[in-house]
Amino acid sequence: MPLYSFTPRWDNKRVWLPVLGALLLFPLVVRSEYLLNVAVLAGIYVILSSSLNITNGYTGLFSFGHAAFYGIGAYTAAILATRHAVPFWLTFPLAGIVAGLSGVAIALPTLRLKGIFLALITIGFQEIVFLVTLNWVSLTRGPMGIPAIPPPAIAGYSFGGNRDYYYLILLLNVLVLFLIARIMDSRVGRAFIAIREDEVAAQAVGIPVFPTKVLSFVIATAMAGVAGAFFAHHARFVSADSFRLDETFVILTMLIVGGMGTLVGPVIGAVFLVILPEVSRFLVQFREIVYGAILILVILFRPQGIAGVPGIIHSPTRRSKPPGAALPEAPAE
Amino acid sequence: MLLQQVVNGLTQGSLYALVAIGFVIIFGTMNLVTFAHGEVYMVGAFMGYFALSWWHLPWPVALLLGMAAGWILGVLTEKVAFRPMRTLGHMPPLLITIGISIVLKEAVVILLGAENRPVPSIYEQTIQVWGSQVSVLQFVILGIVVLLIVALQLLIQATKIGRAMRATAQDHEAAYAMGVNADRVFNIAFALASCLGGAAGVLVGIYYNAVYATMGGMAGLKGFAACIFGGLTSIPGAILGALIIGVVENLTVQFIASGYRDIIAFLVMVLVLIVRPQGLLGSKMRVV
Repeated sequence: MPLYSFTPRWDNKRVWLPVLGALLLFPLVVRSEYLLNVAVLAGIYVILSSSLNITNGYTGLFSFGHAAFYGIGAYTAAILATRHAVPFWLTFPLAGIVAGLSGVAIALPTLRLKGIFLALITIGFQEIVFLVTLNWVSLTRGPMGIPAIPPPAIAGYSFGGNRDYYYLILLLNVLVLFLIARIMDSRVGRAFIAIREDEVAAQAVGIPVFPTKVLSFVIATAMAGVAGAFFAHHARFVSADSFRLDETFVILTMLIVGGMGTLVGPVIGAVFLVILPEVSRFLVQFREIVYGAILILVILFRPQGIAGVPGIIHSPTRRSKPPGAALPEAPAE
Repeated sequence: MLLQQVVNGLTQGSLYALVAIGFVIIFGTMNLVTFAHGEVYMVGAFMGYFALSWWHLPWPVALLLGMAAGWILGVLTEKVAFRPMRTLGHMPPLLITIGISIVLKEAVVILLGAENRPVPSIYEQTIQVWGSQVSVLQFVILGIVVLLIVALQLLIQATKIGRAMRATAQDHEAAYAMGVNADRVFNIAFALASCLGGAAGVLVGIYYNAVYATMGGMAGLKGFAACIFGGLTSIPGAILGALIIGVVENLTVQFIASGYRDIIAFLVMVLVLIVRPQGLLGSKMRVV
């Protein structure tokens, strides 16, 4: 298994400079609000799937509660902007901080659990956050949602069309990917991978396993919170329905289809799955089914996704062999 | 009033129990978790709806049709999602069944719409028990659930395939060495679990007089919460867990707020996993 394939090629300027240039010029060429809106949506999902990749892909902690933190970030920004007139350059970091702190609160009791049990408990938290959002009417206005969130404004200029949002989300994408690339190139990033590959060995070489896991969870949830703040200022309306378990599955599908454990994997997955249904009217109608079917096919036939590291979802527990592991007719791993 | 809420809770809990037992059978024999169980329940409920509302069949036939639909779905899910993945750990079957659950749910939404479908009610009479109104239907449902659980126990304890299932659950390699066809046992176990899920769906449709495409998600998660509460591999534990969740939910509606009823199952699930991962009646196992 190519252990070091995580090394992001962020230093390969010949690849990313032309891509970035093309992305910068995109709104100058394409003026359709609809296409720019699709691009902005893709940008939001790039942040969400890339941040989920930190826990699920790099560290091997299967979190199924990402949409909850996305929602916590969105609600934080929405409440601060509508009730306390906080400017957007403050709501973004504050949304990240609140989501990250909720991440700590959930990580501390749950990260003892491994593999599927961690996945299940995060599903439980996801549903609890959703139900509390729906019922805590004095804070969240419950099922009515929070409307009229002001668009971002800098020095008297208020965001209007999707082109402004496009450049903001592009900036956020560059920041998030740069941050992830730097983290993964550092001691901390190597500790994440070590924990995924073999927790006991990681412990043995002196990695503080539990704090590192919590750190991984916090970074991922804080980034999801920032994505939520962007969503709130872009959609200008938040309601609990946008942050359900289904949304976590959409993000997870993007991550798995793109590939876990690499920098480009979740980016490819998010862009591909946001654009794919828009290709035809026919597919828009069947968006969810298409996602579900693609998830099934990818797990069956290419579990590492388009550009992921093989073996992440196929080896959750190393100590206990699952039943059937020794059946003669079972396919060899 | 309190008694009425407890009876409501027990009826509801008994339906969660059917779903939870399915998770126990699957986890007990295969050590794997399915996420499509809620959708099997939904398909069973729709089968019951077709039988009762469209074809005007008697309810026992509807129940059998729902169970048959569950059985078929279980056989297929096991073949597609579990058999090729059995050596590869917990995660791939869970992820595939997430895909299956999305596809089944959305297919029903597209084909039949997302709105509630009315199911004709049966046994509408109520009787007085210690000053509370209790409907006959609740006793019928509790009776059917008890009957199904007894039948399951007989199947597991007293038949050849039941013995094969118990042997496979204990040690599938040893069972294989003794000539048990493990693939067939896994398939039947999965089908059996799904069959109970389908039965629960039909009964829920009759109980609430409605079926809808998204009914499976919450039911599946609650059944799973009951299964964790009871200890993952213990059928009595799952039944107990489901009944407790059902009763506490109804008391929450009575004494706290109806909006928070659904949160009980998830609080139970989270607390049990943190504090006592082996559940009420489960044996110690590695989850940490």
